[in-house]
Amino acid sequence: MRTLKLITIAIAALVLPAAPAVAQPPLKVQVVGEEYVPMRVAIPDFDAEGPGAEQVARDLADVLRADLASSTAFALVDKAAFIERDLDIALPPTFGDWSVAGVAAQALVVGKIVVNPGSNSLTVQFRLYDVYGQSQLFAREYSVPTPLNWRRLAHKVADDVYSRLTGDEGYFDSRIAFVSKTPGEESLRGRLAIMDQDGANAEFLLSGFSAVINPRFSPTEQMILYGAYVPDPKYPQATLLRTYLYDISTGRQEILAENPNSMEYSARFSPDGKSIAFSRSVNGNADIYVFDLARGTERRLTRDSGVDTSPSFSPDGKRIVFESDRGLGPQLYMMNENGEAMECPTSRTREAACRISFETGARFGDPVWSPRGDWIAFSVQRRGQFAIGVIQPDGKGLRVLSDGYQDEAPSWSPNGRVIVFQRTQAKGAGPKLFSVDLTGRNTRRIATPRDATNPTWGPLLK
Amino acid sequence: MMRSISLSALTAAVVLSVSACASNPPPEPEPAPPAVEKAVVTPPRVSPPPSPPVAPTPSGPAAGSRADFSAKATDRVYFDYDQYNLDDADRRALAAQVAWLKQYPTTRVEVQGHADERGTKDYNIALGGRRADAVAAYLKSQGIADTRIQTISFGKDKPLDTGHDEAAWARNRNAFTNVIVEAIS
Repeated sequence: MRTLKLITIAIAALVLPAAPAVAQPPLKVQVVGEEYVPMRVAIPDFDAEGPGAEQVARDLADVLRADLASSTAFALVDKAAFIERDLDIALPPTFGDWSVAGVAAQALVVGKIVVNPGSNSLTVQFRLYDVYGQSQLFAREYSVPTPLNWRRLAHKVADDVYSRLTGDEGYFDSRIAFVSKTPGEESLRGRLAIMDQDGANAEFLLSGFSAVINPRFSPTEQMILYGAYVPDPKYPQATLLRTYLYDISTGRQEILAENPNSMEYSARFSPDGKSIAFSRSVNGNADIYVFDLARGTERRLTRDSGVDTSPSFSPDGKRIVFESDRGLGPQLYMMNENGEAMECPTSRTREAACRISFETGARFGDPVWSPRGDWIAFSVQRRGQFAIGVIQPDGKGLRVLSDGYQDEAPSWSPNGRVIVFQRTQAKGAGPKLFSVDLTGRNTRRIATPRDATNPTWGPLLK
Repeated sequence: MMRSISLSALTAAVVLSVSACASNPPPEPEPAPPAVEKAVVTPPRVSPPPSPPVAPTPSGPAAGSRADFSAKATDRVYFDYDQYNLDDADRRALAAQVAWLKQYPTTRVEVQGHADERGTKDYNIALGGRRADAVAAYLKSQGIADTRIQTISFGKDKPLDTGHDEAAWARNRNAFTNVIVEAIS
């Protein structure tokens, strides 16, 4: 098992012999409805200084371009169209060469890689320009102790560019955990794995566990909740379903739940990472509970004879959306985290839990509240197909984003813009991971070394 | 530990065994159970090629073993789509499990609930839990001690049939009774 240690990235502001500032509205990606109008961005290869820097400069610019191109907010200008070449980060660019028809870049990123021959540390410097405004928007430098971590620098730069130009937080310097499945192996087998958000640096996280289910990233820390089927220590022919809390940075983990008379599963962190909501089945009946990680206390939230599962918190932690078949078939419901009745958005009546999905004949599940709070992602089964969709917390605006043979298990990017999910393309095909913009545009495969299920998108790295 | 290989006990269990009900798909033998250590008196036949291991002959599975349970009782009952209720046929099948468990009171079982691939992972874990509990509750109602039964749900993650059609799904909606403590040492 290879472990890429998370490193600290030093940040410094980059002072420029500034181009003359022209008073004008700041350059920003336009939004129509919820769709970005893609901004044309040009990213020439970065300049290089020091041993091995040229290769890193090329690779880093490639990853930066790929990150931005994977978002619906940007359209990358083809390098072949560039007029000005060999840009020097110390000098302003020739803006006319970038605004001319045929290039028509709205934003330009100029960068340089420096490998220090003594310490071998790696520094990236970059400047973001508003081409038509002929001004610098942003400049920064990042350093890491070794060139091995160059990909993270590319993601940091991509997050800065994204965040400067869209006004939203970025999501490129983050990781996705998932269950790795080897085709042909016994179906229960699955190993916890993690990779960069773009599919790079995939590795297994645990050596001893081979039947992992439902990993769920902490929204704040490099911690993961997951379930695992393990042999019952008392009766080795029997199996227990345990819930583990795993700290990726230390490798330490603890068993959160193991009761001889119940089964716990579907655990998910609260937004502050301090408690978890989960399902517990007792005598066949599944209800939702909340567990306080620091105090070790738990509260029961549902007391219904139906299946209540897949709880997910609102970003303020006050509400929980979940899946229940208390009505006819599985639907999405919402309740207060403190157990008090709430006024239902549709019926205006006060209920212990309010139904928010109503499509007849459709079976809803996997609800996951966006970290922005505006949407709840879900999977829905209708006409024999499983799709990923989003719905507003008041039950309005239902929109289906994807339609494969079986799409399920959505998870939001840390900025609530993109959803990663599991897709089985056709009967008998192996499950793979895909991402889609919340508008339903831009469905993309995220390559994994083997088959993969249950992706969970972690927070931005620190 | 008890090592009971009594012929009379064997016969009684055979009489009580009930075959799978017609509406249900045929039960599949579980993947080869762990070897029963030397409890079986090996017959001195060598020449013919080995026959399938499950055929219940008098020299077959050791009485009180997991294989014996599977041979004499229907070890799996099946459910309709999104259902977990037991019908009369299921209860007849489970009566054989009850009889076997009463005959070997030192045994212990794990009832495993399974679901087909349609439905979310979490919902199917819950549904498999309902199915396992339906069987466990029935066994308890027939006098099998609470302390001898545990349940687990594998949801849709451990299908009996890896196919993706109605027939496969029907086979995958089941509860399997797994003997975890045999009545042999």
